[in-house]
Amino acid sequence: MMKQLFPAIRLLLIMTVLTGVIYPLTMTALGGVLFPTQANGSLITQDGAIVGSALIGQANEDARYFWSRPSAVNYLQSGSPLSGGANLSVINPTLREQVAARAAAIREAHGLAPDATIPNDLITASASGLDPHISVAAAELQIDRVATARGVDREAIAALVQRFTEGRQLGFLGEARVNVLQLNLALDQQ
Amino acid sequence: MTVSDLLQIAVYLGVLTLATPFLGHYMYQVFTGARHLLSPLRPVEQIVYRLGGIDSQTEMRWTAYAWAVLAFNAAGLVFLFVLQLLQGLLPLNPTGLAGVEPFLAFNTAVSFVTNTNWQAYGGEVTLTYFTQMIGLTVQNFVSAGTGIAVLLALTRGLAARSGETLGNFWVDLTRAVIYVLLPLSILWTVAMIGQGVVQNFNDYTTVATLSGETQLIPQGPAASQIAIKQLGTNGGGFFNVNSSHPYENPTPISNFLQMLAILLIPAALTYTYGKMIGSLRQGWVIFAAMMILFVGGLTIMLWAEYSTNPILMEGKEARFGVINSVLWAQATTSASNGSVNAMHSSLSPLAGGVAMLNMLLGEIIFGGVGSGLYGMLIFVILTVFIAGLMVGRTPEYLGKKIESREIQMAIVAVLLPNASVLLLTALAIATETGLASRANPAAHGFSEILYAFASASNNNGSAFAGLNANTPFYNTLLGFAMLIGRFGVIFPVLAIAGSLLPKRVAPPSSGTFPTDRPLFIGLLIAVILIIGALTYFPALTLGPIVQQLLLMGGA
Repeated sequence: MMKQLFPAIRLLLIMTVLTGVIYPLTMTALGGVLFPTQANGSLITQDGAIVGSALIGQANEDARYFWSRPSAVNYLQSGSPLSGGANLSVINPTLREQVAARAAAIREAHGLAPDATIPNDLITASASGLDPHISVAAAELQIDRVATARGVDREAIAALVQRFTEGRQLGFLGEARVNVLQLNLALDQQ
Repeated sequence: MTVSDLLQIAVYLGVLTLATPFLGHYMYQVFTGARHLLSPLRPVEQIVYRLGGIDSQTEMRWTAYAWAVLAFNAAGLVFLFVLQLLQGLLPLNPTGLAGVEPFLAFNTAVSFVTNTNWQAYGGEVTLTYFTQMIGLTVQNFVSAGTGIAVLLALTRGLAARSGETLGNFWVDLTRAVIYVLLPLSILWTVAMIGQGVVQNFNDYTTVATLSGETQLIPQGPAASQIAIKQLGTNGGGFFNVNSSHPYENPTPISNFLQMLAILLIPAALTYTYGKMIGSLRQGWVIFAAMMILFVGGLTIMLWAEYSTNPILMEGKEARFGVINSVLWAQATTSASNGSVNAMHSSLSPLAGGVAMLNMLLGEIIFGGVGSGLYGMLIFVILTVFIAGLMVGRTPEYLGKKIESREIQMAIVAVLLPNASVLLLTALAIATETGLASRANPAAHGFSEILYAFASASNNNGSAFAGLNANTPFYNTLLGFAMLIGRFGVIFPVLAIAGSLLPKRVAPPSSGTFPTDRPLFIGLLIAVILIIGALTYFPALTLGPIVQQLLLMGGA
């Protein structure tokens, strides 16, 4: 082993410089030139202040806004930058109770019948706890509430929802979805 | 299931299959020293040898090759361990993180050196940009390169007509990094940044949210690490929730490309292998066996999710939906990748069980970069041995006689990870300390522990992440499981390579069992499933199987 140890250490150092220094630094420089907004977190600024990232959801309970999905980490609004899911098993009674309680709260806030079906994404914790999107159905469900709370025409809100609906990429990849923060910011601009 | 679901699966598997011969042929050229697309980079390769004091012309016997693997990995382990302890004193630490606690540093160092990339840490609150770059990114490259090198050594042992040497580990590793992993990583990094993966050295961003609260968003040089994390079947996330984090995997396109990267090199290596042993059919036979196991597992998972999961979107992201979460779960556990874009703990029990079984079979369904194929070749050797027993003929593979030494070593390579899974799981559930880390009650709590040791012992790295694995107990045991799973297979594989190397190649006779026919594919799959089932059926019954029955019984 001693015979191999010196080449091992030297090669490790060379690889560290190559793949641990040169490679990431070059990529950072290249990314900054080609895609400066994305490389720096797709941040959204208004009047010079950062109001969020297009990729990171925010918690919101105000009736005048669209609501995001439940989050196990409160959308990084509790002081820690740590992402996370709830990791509960689907046969765990705690999860059943949580989902039922969330569905009941949504029905009440939207004046729906006690047996109305709620889009599943709106009552389940996302994997990251930061999901910036909701499904199209989850957005449509909230249109009436937002319109009423803002005292504006339902059609105007529906049109905004449609504007911020992202279709499947390339026509077939992923799911259609609505970016909640961008939609809410647009609501305030109206 | 919708038409678009099927289309996404078909395009994924189609692109993967089409890429296999092209990348496979390119890697054949690279690893046999022929001229290739990136030959102009040869001066870089020469500089590496000169600076490293490496004689690239000297070939190694299997023992020297094994010592080189061990020395290089030991050096990497020590370096990464110390780096984490000292990170508080080092630069690029915008949030002022302290040095990593020793048990966690040990676990993480082992995790990245063994290509497992189990995450007992949460990147954004544990590791500095410096550690991620200088430590983790580097091991992402070289642990994948080690896997490829060991596969090349075994392939040369099988292909050689004479001789005593298996190649040069330093050369194989260097070529894997310079000509394969690094160029692909550069392409993937650029694509990832374009889709929105962060790549910067900024401070964490403080945001005043719409509702007037404060949000703390992490940043960092993530894209460059994520590219190699997928291409090298490493899987360790830059952020805690890995590729479900919108900064780590922001769009369906980034998701598709990362999923493709998971299986790209392992699939292509079957072609490289076929080319190196002089029979493309032998390579495609292995590809076919892997693909059949992949599609079979995927089918069961999809059925379980769509037909039995009552809380379908729990632990999944809206942009990916069910189909991409399940397809990813199948890919990441088939390959020894272990990155996740959904929380496996919240999959339906049967789907989570398939993910576990994929790992328990030894990470050979495409598997890790290099390690998947050398693991599969162990099963090939066992299959020709069993076939030989059935018809009473001396087993041979590619014209070389399979004798007791090869079988002994193959059994060691299969038994060690299996024993590690079962014995360590038993130890954990027999102790208060082990049980205290569970997040879910009853059978799922057991599944969390079984999943952890399955993942570590087979160098996968994904988790039922409710389990609190960042304790001295789990950091130590899982660390040893990862070492057993990696080197408990690598050394027997190199021993087999050394033992096969000098054997004469006999021409096929009427007594030869052909290994390039559909019948062999069936037999190989049967052997894999029987060994897996015999070993793990009782354990799986206590976890995912009983949970699925409870679920379907209306619990």
